[in-house]
Amino acid sequence: MSMAWEVVIGLEVHVQLNTRSKIFCACSTAFGAEPNAHTCPVCLAMPGSLPVLNAAAVDKAIAFGLAIGAEINHRSIFARKNYFYPDLPKGYQISQYEIPIVGRGYLDVLLPNGEEKRVGITRAHLEEDAGKSLHDAYPGESGIDLNRAGTPLLEIVSEPDMRSAAEAVAYLKKLHALVRYLDISDGNMQEGSFRCDANVSLRRPGAPFGTRAEVKNLNSFRFLEKAISYEMLRQQDILESGGKVVQETRLFDANSGETRSMRSKEEANDYRYFPDPDLLPLQLDAERIEQVRKSLPELPDARKARFMAQYGLPAYDAAVLTAQRELADYYEAVATGQDAKLAANWIMGDLLGALNKAGLEIETCPVPARELQILLARIADQTVSGKIAKEIFEILFHEGGSVDAIIDARGLRQITDNTAIAAMIDEIIAKNPQQAAEYRSGKEKLFGFFIGQVMKVSQGKANPDLVNALLREKLQAPATE
Amino acid sequence: MGIPLAHKDIFCTRGLRTTCGSKMLSNFVSPYDATVVRRLQEAGTVSLGKLNMDEFAMGSSNETSYFGPVRNPWNLGCVPGGSSGGSAAAVAARLIPAATGTDTGGSIRQPAAFCGITGLKPTYGRVSRYGMIAFASSLDQGGPMARSAADCALLMDAMAGHDPLDSTSHPQGGGRFSAALGRSLQGLRVGVPAEFFGAGLDPEVAQTVETAIQWFAAQGAEIHPVHLPHNAHAVSTYYVLAPAEASSNLSRFDGVRYTHRSAAAKDLQELYLQSRYEGFGAEVRRRILVGTYVLSAGYYDAYYRKAQQVRALIREDFRRAFAEVDVIMGPTTPTPAFALGAKSADPVSMYLADIYTIAVNLAGIPALSLPCGFSKEGLPIGLQIMGDYFADELLLGVAAAYQRDTDWHRRAPAWEEQ
Repeated sequence: MSMAWEVVIGLEVHVQLNTRSKIFCACSTAFGAEPNAHTCPVCLAMPGSLPVLNAAAVDKAIAFGLAIGAEINHRSIFARKNYFYPDLPKGYQISQYEIPIVGRGYLDVLLPNGEEKRVGITRAHLEEDAGKSLHDAYPGESGIDLNRAGTPLLEIVSEPDMRSAAEAVAYLKKLHALVRYLDISDGNMQEGSFRCDANVSLRRPGAPFGTRAEVKNLNSFRFLEKAISYEMLRQQDILESGGKVVQETRLFDANSGETRSMRSKEEANDYRYFPDPDLLPLQLDAERIEQVRKSLPELPDARKARFMAQYGLPAYDAAVLTAQRELADYYEAVATGQDAKLAANWIMGDLLGALNKAGLEIETCPVPARELQILLARIADQTVSGKIAKEIFEILFHEGGSVDAIIDARGLRQITDNTAIAAMIDEIIAKNPQQAAEYRSGKEKLFGFFIGQVMKVSQGKANPDLVNALLREKLQAPATE
Repeated sequence: MGIPLAHKDIFCTRGLRTTCGSKMLSNFVSPYDATVVRRLQEAGTVSLGKLNMDEFAMGSSNETSYFGPVRNPWNLGCVPGGSSGGSAAAVAARLIPAATGTDTGGSIRQPAAFCGITGLKPTYGRVSRYGMIAFASSLDQGGPMARSAADCALLMDAMAGHDPLDSTSHPQGGGRFSAALGRSLQGLRVGVPAEFFGAGLDPEVAQTVETAIQWFAAQGAEIHPVHLPHNAHAVSTYYVLAPAEASSNLSRFDGVRYTHRSAAAKDLQELYLQSRYEGFGAEVRRRILVGTYVLSAGYYDAYYRKAQQVRALIREDFRRAFAEVDVIMGPTTPTPAFALGAKSADPVSMYLADIYTIAVNLAGIPALSLPCGFSKEGLPIGLQIMGDYFADELLLGVAAAYQRDTDWHRRAPAWEEQ
């Protein structure tokens, strides 16, 4: 990317709300059922059927709006977005157009360089999901599965506030964490519960926005990053060879890492939005909004502030640990009664490193928080050294078991007996008279050699502080004849 | 109990074909009953079957049905009106004592007038629309069609009431309609709008309706002139809004699931185009086209939004009028029933057959039509009585009072001799 171009990114995120039933009928929203098992006259768009709004979906949208500091519209309108597609049984999607339920809000996002950036959220509105076309089920024909048709979605539209792929990813991660915190979505990206479209354009810094391309079908953080990087190069090539970026919808191909044109602006549908006459305007009184506010859990920013105050963590640690509700819960379980900073170091270093290496998430972490907490306790009470603790953690992570059982079974308990350590040291000095003499004549670097020898003989179990003190004492004493 | 009736083929009936008068649904069997069908069944009525109608309720003569026209029992060369033409003709011909109908711009009242029966278009929201195939959702309302207001009231006792499956259904939609029939007309304030007696009104219809209004005056009702200045724009407003909603409501008939599917289609685009071209008749296609146009980018403000503004003015006309009077009376239709084929080549003249009924739907208020005389050719003439929101009981009571003293509603056509 040449320095002369600035990328401008805005994201539209579709979040599947985790209500038990669909947004306009009583059918289940469970994933993975037999095709069309979760359907009824309403979500099949049988003649004469009518939508009835699911109140739980409304409450989840309100919760989101409150969490991003947005105005909740006391009166919002459902509209029909008209287009033909086989997985859209009514021939229109019920959505919100002119007046959405959630107005303008924002999200403060932690960037990789440690800075915080405020990303504006233009609006969020309720709508229904479409079904799925099955192209492989029948030779020469396509099947339609309408299980997903009518699943409630919250579409969250950001301002074009992001200026790099990394910023876009950071925003999307924060948003993902937020919907999980709020428990309004399972956020499962593989199953399509959290999907993202990116609007990407280039401009000279300070110039008006350039023409944007909308990239669809981004269902992972990595795909978002790759798609934006690809678009930046593609648009840069066009602009620098004197061409013009075409306003169009593009599809990201996860296999090639490229985006390709889906349809141009001219080919775009005229959706003929108009208020849905089957649904009255959604009226929300202050009392209902207040009720949702009272039921909100502690949100990431508040929890971060509390972690800094309560556990004395630096801002960076607090931000990393509160980025996911599950991670924050894990940290608090480990840190209870232990050195809070040590707990943070262990989780951010050893634990996240091991999870990352194993391709696991905190929810599928093989080490229960309680065991990591016990491990920290064993360091504190000097049962094991920090070094041995790392070995125990490896065993816990890969083989399971409990900390105390591992210590006992493998004889990892730290040696804190002065006499025993002194005997080891005497033996080692006796075996290495040459080195001892050199140390005494001023070659102090050899102190490390002796520490290593003691640790080797004790299999790492000798208490390092005791070893240190005793060794220094014995080496400084004149050689015994 | 055990009263036989039949349903307009726009109401979904489980296990029985529901065609909406269209080739598109000519083999459609609903998996569920419309709320109206269920309620009437639970009240003990017996459904004898389904009744012909204009295709998707789009028509004023019952000539747009895929299954052929319905004839008027008073003159088999005339139309029965529409779109609930089958319901009106069957009741008039004494085949059944009562039927269900639906009214989007006059589709209960106009055929009731043409066939000499009584029909009520209830206040929007009192009768569930669930299972009633949508034409224009903000205007559609199901209602009863029967020989008398008293019979209509009995049907309303069962049909009306809140339905949790219809978000536009009113929480206090139900009522005891048949208990409200015995009322005095003394002091009833009757509004008569000059706009309903202007150019285009057949003199015979005018005279017959005026005579009926005089009867009410003779019973102690006060007659007041009222003004509905925006009624002149009702038909054009309606023909923006109703097609707009219809163009969207009829999108689900796409050849993919339960509808007619063209055998000629080779790809998805053709599946849509061919199935819809073959499945819909000319009038339905015309309205989908108009509706799509008025909602299009660049035209929405000039047509759809403007029409919604005019609709608000029409509602305001009635609000002002009902501050002064209890009911408004006038003709249901400008002429008695016309000959089959007389208007089918000219959509606009057909649309004008609903010039007195459409404003009621745009406002959402109740209105009924009852027979008040005959033309020299022996065709029935209807009196329309309109009321404020939730005045359905009042309208039925006023009509029942008239029917206690007159016998127009008892006259039956000798259609078997024609």
